[in-house]
Amino acid sequence: MTTLTKQPDPGLSAKAPRKREKPSDGVRGFGDLKVALFFIAPAMIGLILFYLVPTIRGIYLSFTEYSILGDPEWIGTRNYERIAKDPLFWNALSVTAEYVVINIVLQTALALGLAILMHRVAKSTIIRGALLMPYLMANVIAALLWFWMLDYQIGIINQIIEWTGLPRVAFFGSEQWAIPTQALINTWRHMGYTALLIFAGLQAIPNSVYEAASIDGSKALTTFWRITLPLLRPVLVLVLVVTVIGSFQVFDSVAVTTAGGPVNATRVLQFYIYQRAFNEQDFGYGSALAVILFLILAIVAFIQMKFLRGNQSDLD
Amino acid sequence: MTTFTSPTNTGRRRPFSRPFNWRRAIALALLTLAIAVSILPFYWVLRTALSSNGSLAANSANLLPADFNLGAFKRVFGLQTAAEAIAEGGSGASINFWQYLWNSLLFAGITTASAVFFSSMAAYAFSRLRWKGRDAVFSLFLATMLVPPIFTALPNFLLVKNLGLLNSMLGLVLPYLFMTPFAIFFMRQFFLNMSREVEEAAMLDGAEHWRIFFQIIMPNAAAPIATLALLTFMGQWNEYFWPLLVGTSEESRVLTVGLGVFKSQSPQGAPDWSGLMAATLVSATPVLILFAIFGKRIVNSIGFNGTK
Repeated sequence: MTTLTKQPDPGLSAKAPRKREKPSDGVRGFGDLKVALFFIAPAMIGLILFYLVPTIRGIYLSFTEYSILGDPEWIGTRNYERIAKDPLFWNALSVTAEYVVINIVLQTALALGLAILMHRVAKSTIIRGALLMPYLMANVIAALLWFWMLDYQIGIINQIIEWTGLPRVAFFGSEQWAIPTQALINTWRHMGYTALLIFAGLQAIPNSVYEAASIDGSKALTTFWRITLPLLRPVLVLVLVVTVIGSFQVFDSVAVTTAGGPVNATRVLQFYIYQRAFNEQDFGYGSALAVILFLILAIVAFIQMKFLRGNQSDLD
Repeated sequence: MTTFTSPTNTGRRRPFSRPFNWRRAIALALLTLAIAVSILPFYWVLRTALSSNGSLAANSANLLPADFNLGAFKRVFGLQTAAEAIAEGGSGASINFWQYLWNSLLFAGITTASAVFFSSMAAYAFSRLRWKGRDAVFSLFLATMLVPPIFTALPNFLLVKNLGLLNSMLGLVLPYLFMTPFAIFFMRQFFLNMSREVEEAAMLDGAEHWRIFFQIIMPNAAAPIATLALLTFMGQWNEYFWPLLVGTSEESRVLTVGLGVFKSQSPQGAPDWSGLMAATLVSATPVLILFAIFGKRIVNSIGFNGTK
């Protein structure tokens, strides 16, 4: 490694097109293609076998009748026609939407507040670590923990509610509370994580911006609305996309606690797909539902990136 | 209120004019509340796990363990006879968390080692090598991040089933062995920022790419690889959906799935709360240990995204 490098001074080469004219190994135009193929081969196998082929197969299955036994039978768009008239699907869509909306509002608001608090009064790693703890737990663990704390009979939260003179709440047992409860569990698990993402965004806003604002006599609240929030936009969009896409796929916490109930109150989309495909062995119908979930997520991500310009920063 | 910060003040200037003490006090109080909400539930799990079901019901609001009792842990690790378990409010069904712990360790360990390694290789090709179509192929990999796991899980389940790998460790780890899009993205981002000097010197010495990769790139990337491995391991440890589909036998069950089964076996009406919380604690412990050791690395990795 101590042989003479023929590299020009890095400062000089910064603009020189040296990247283009690397000693080509005789495969002009393709560069390191041969070597590259060797390096990406395993990842490529994974991509093809477990992402691309399943994607195509999933779309194909959605046009078939298939119960695992036997062969898939092509039935055209009949699965989709059935879905359009399936009250359980529309119910799943609406309870999932309710879950997503509660998550977005609660999680983003709380996380934004927390991030600002951290930014102002405490930046220590220990505090951030403490807030991150719930996020490191599995969904299943978070769900069971709250299943116990929110128990109607002897859960500590209901004890506290009773001490304040209010009536006990059947968090998991009532149709009205089941989805908000699931959303609360998810908010508990993600609040700190989301706050840390926003906190990182706050750290990236240069002081000079605030200094300029304060010289101009901007009030704290004005500064927040006119400067902090707009400059945080890319981070907030990222948080929104992650929250929406993540919560549309809620499954784990529902599966271990309410399992779709009471009645249909928590039969969210992914749980419904799971039931149709694996409990009722209706793989064609399950696949069609999964295609619809996929489409919803793609549209949501597209809208959020396109209209909120999440990939552009106003800082440059 | 001065407009310049002293050089010793490493923190950024506060966005608002210096708060009065009471404002700061309110801010600290709110932050403390958030920390309490984040952490106290873990204490409550421990407290419950150390109580017996009988005294839990009678002392449901007692801040300390209702009575100090290790029965719940014995039950979770299959050390109680069915009769003993039932007497203490358990289901009496056989349950063995040692097995699930081992399975989770294997599942998370194998997939992490393999995916991080192969993803680093791919990231090397996407960052340090130049070839036609590189960026297009990379975009294809990135795009798979948008595919919801359940969408590919159905066909992948059929594949594993057709291969006869249901309820086997190989079937469990198979889809995760080759790469994760995030890992490729993460490593590529780091490789792009590495200096080329040493690498090009080695090239002139006639070193092959695989030698450069193993002897120069990988050793220099030890820190991000460690971070990535931690994040991947914890993600895999917490995975529920895929193992629920593929690993349903006692021999192939991982902790998250075992927890679900334990909960569903718990007697209706009077659930085995202390057993359930002991099981929950056992499942959470490995991640808590990792967090205790590598907390700083994990915390500082949050906020990482390609845009910086």
